[in-house]
Amino acid sequence: MHFEYRVQGGDFVRAGQASSQVKKILKQLNVAPQIIKRVVVALYEGEVNIVAHAFQGKIYIDIETDKIRVILDDVGPGIPDIEMAMRPGFSTASPIVREMGFGAGMGLPNIKENTDRMKISSVVGVGTRLEFVVNLKE
Amino acid sequence: MKIEELVKAVEGNVVCCHENLKRDVELAFASDLMSDVLTVQVDKLVLLTGLANMQAVRTAEMSDLPAVIFVRNKTVSEDMIRLAEDNGIVLIESPYTLYRASGVLYTMGLKPVY
Ligand SMILES: Nc1ncnc2c1ncn2[C@@H]1O[C@H](COP(=O)(O)OP(=O)(O)OP(=O)(O)O)[C@@H](O)[C@H]1O
Ligand SMILES: [Mg+2]
Repeated sequence: MHFEYRVQGGDFVRAGQASSQVKKILKQLNVAPQIIKRVVVALYEGEVNIVAHAFQGKIYIDIETDKIRVILDDVGPGIPDIEMAMRPGFSTASPIVREMGFGAGMGLPNIKENTDRMKISSVVGVGTRLEFVVNLKE
Repeated sequence: MKIEELVKAVEGNVVCCHENLKRDVELAFASDLMSDVLTVQVDKLVLLTGLANMQAVRTAEMSDLPAVIFVRNKTVSEDMIRLAEDNGIVLIESPYTLYRASGVLYTMGLKPVY
């Protein structure tokens, strides 16, 4: 099964709508609640990163019998130093983003924690692509 | 501990999902940083927060939290209520500060995560 969602940078009212949809789909597929939580927490952090740090993006979801593949592709400033961005506590979030409840520098490390495979590629001034896979069977 | 007991303890006003007031909770976490909340991997967790926006409810949705307590008379918007109703999340407004609400609930035996 394949799904796609659009994400608008700066839109903190709608941020999370795609994650919410994916959660409903996984529930309908009877995926175990603990696994759904891992997927949607990672997806939501990725979605909020587009809203917080990029201009716009797209989310591509592929659900197979034993795993879910997620790609978050954005047009934005990109990440100059991915290793540094992955460090817990590192954040360049603006005051507005912080007011919205984000900017702890915990998102990327938490995505790593909740997924079975994760990869970030980025071109400064162009955009960022985050890919991850979560196994749906224990 | 039942959610309705927490409501009483923090002089709370239940904004939505009264039908779930009998649900059980064991732990609490107080934060205005949603990414911090999203790292917590336990069940039956209540969130106490001063952040009254859509993302607080989204975070509760993603983390399967049964209830959120908004401190310091922060008011909950219609959009937040709709999202909470969709997910059966109990939203509570309390006049207490984050410190006082946390203290009261801690004394009652609601456990910290760490
Ligand atoms: N899609 C993105 N585009 C550009 N920069 C990004 C993107 N995602 C992450 N970053 C950069 O990596 C940093 C760390 O990201 P991370 O998600 O860990 O923390 P945060 O978003 O700043 O705060 P939190 O996720 O805890 O709310 C960000 O502050 C930002 O500099
Ligand atoms: Mg983030």
